[in-house]
Amino acid sequence: MADTPDITIEVSHLVKSYGSLTAVNDLNFTVRRGEIVGLLGPNGAGKSTTMRILTGYLPATSGSVRICGHPVASRSELTKRHVGYMPENNPLPEDMRVSEYLWFRGRLKEMPRARLRARIDEVLELCDLKRNRHRILGRLSKGNKQRVGIAEAILSEPAVIIMDEPTIGLDPHQIIIVRDLIASLRGRMSVIISSHILPEIEATCDRVLIINSGRIVAQGSPAELRHQIFGHVSYHVELSGDTAALASRLPAIEPSLKISALGDPGPDGFCSVTLMTSAGQDLGEQILHALPPLGYRIRALSRTEPSLEDVFLAATRRSWDARLPDQPALRGDSRAPLPKV
Amino acid sequence: MRHYFTIFSQEVRALLYSPSTYIASVFFLAVMGFVFASILDEYNRAAQETPPAVVFFQYFWFPVFFMVPLLTMKSFAEERRQGTLETLLTAPVSTAEVVLGKFSAAYLFYLLLWGSTIGFHYILHLYARDERLLDSGPLVGGYLFIAVSGLLFVSIGVLSSALTRSQAVAGILCFTLLLGLIGGINYLGDLSALNTGAMQPAKAAVESLSIPRHVEDFTHGVVDTRQVFFYLTGSTLALIFSILGVEAKILHS
Repeated sequence: MADTPDITIEVSHLVKSYGSLTAVNDLNFTVRRGEIVGLLGPNGAGKSTTMRILTGYLPATSGSVRICGHPVASRSELTKRHVGYMPENNPLPEDMRVSEYLWFRGRLKEMPRARLRARIDEVLELCDLKRNRHRILGRLSKGNKQRVGIAEAILSEPAVIIMDEPTIGLDPHQIIIVRDLIASLRGRMSVIISSHILPEIEATCDRVLIINSGRIVAQGSPAELRHQIFGHVSYHVELSGDTAALASRLPAIEPSLKISALGDPGPDGFCSVTLMTSAGQDLGEQILHALPPLGYRIRALSRTEPSLEDVFLAATRRSWDARLPDQPALRGDSRAPLPKV
Repeated sequence: MRHYFTIFSQEVRALLYSPSTYIASVFFLAVMGFVFASILDEYNRAAQETPPAVVFFQYFWFPVFFMVPLLTMKSFAEERRQGTLETLLTAPVSTAEVVLGKFSAAYLFYLLLWGSTIGFHYILHLYARDERLLDSGPLVGGYLFIAVSGLLFVSIGVLSSALTRSQAVAGILCFTLLLGLIGGINYLGDLSALNTGAMQPAKAAVESLSIPRHVEDFTHGVVDTRQVFFYLTGSTLALIFSILGVEAKILHS
């Protein structure tokens, strides 16, 4: 779509409550054109609700959502044209054939017949479904069904694609196929996907929003999140020498370098030490150079970065522990104990 | 309304592809054939005053009670159970288009089923070689009644399907509503409590809503616009409630 504005999704102060339960609580974010955004959160965090509000299926309690500049609440017939949506568990009519289903959906999405015919061939090719085009949906394997759902979502080339857990229940091989498919949309369409599978989000998404109890608890690229949440890098060193004096010698290498864990020496005299620093640059070489002249023998050195899983656990746990209504999302002093890295 | 035809043709296609449609039609024709044959049997035994077509249409309620729930119970309940209602309503279509499309497909099928019973009268005429047996008056009136009342019956079926996610509940609800509409109002009209002078207006109102009486009027060639109006407004109301029902269910899901 040539007339797609730069910001395709704008969510501000979005609130959705079911009776006394607030599923989404004051959510704010924007998604730019061509960006792939991952929505992460534990069960019941409000991911599906947020997605349903974005599609115009559910009305919000308050706040506003704009898709391609149009408000969803008052112009939903306009915004629905810009959205391709694959709901959780990807429901499909069981008694239709793949090509029939895509034809029906394309007609519903107001695609002209000639264009639709060519486009169905295109998406079937893209999703590797050509061999299955005449098969009945109810008899397809889970992976193929999932691909039909994705084919349907991208069918009308919408500006925004929303997929609720697109890889749930797939085997690793199929997950890779689906992941590549999603990655191939980068730059052309804005994609929002939700998932529990963290490596998956890390591999495909430009930006991650971590949601807990209806609020965004952290956002940014996976690398930014690591820095935001943990603010430090750990080095795992195996060395032998005077470990008692090690702590006093570390600041000479880098002022913020500290020992966070010290193991007992093994029978061969080597013990494992975990060093922690808040410095941004890589200290690996400095450590390797500085320690041997001081009488330490180094056998192994590795730099450990927190995985997205640790980030996720830390971010959601913190928001469980300190869920005060108007607390800024990221404040160092309100942190709960960090997981061991 | 541009999506109305897309949804309508999709629904008609689903009906044509589904084996249950053909099974239901065969049973419908078997039951109606049996009814028609037993009417003829009656005529065989003793001379009757009314043409067989008039008597035939007096049994309209019998297939209505069974066919309408069977035809319509799937429409929304099944979509909701499968979850496809969500994908359907997130496409740029309005709920009204979806409801109307599903209603029209079921109504078309209802008309086709009844239309196939014209064959009974034709076969009778062919073999009895009696012009009086293919009396166009009661036939036209009778089928007109079926077409007009079918609007209301089918829309009630769509309404009950829009209110639940279980096909069984939708079917039973539809059956109960139809029973109340056809049998209940008729029963009210016969209550002796309404025979007192003060209750006369109420009795007249209830009697004018009695559907078996409408059949009699139609088959005798009396097309009362009040009755036509009753069916048209009734079906419009049921369809509006269906739209509200589908949307309210989403709100409280």
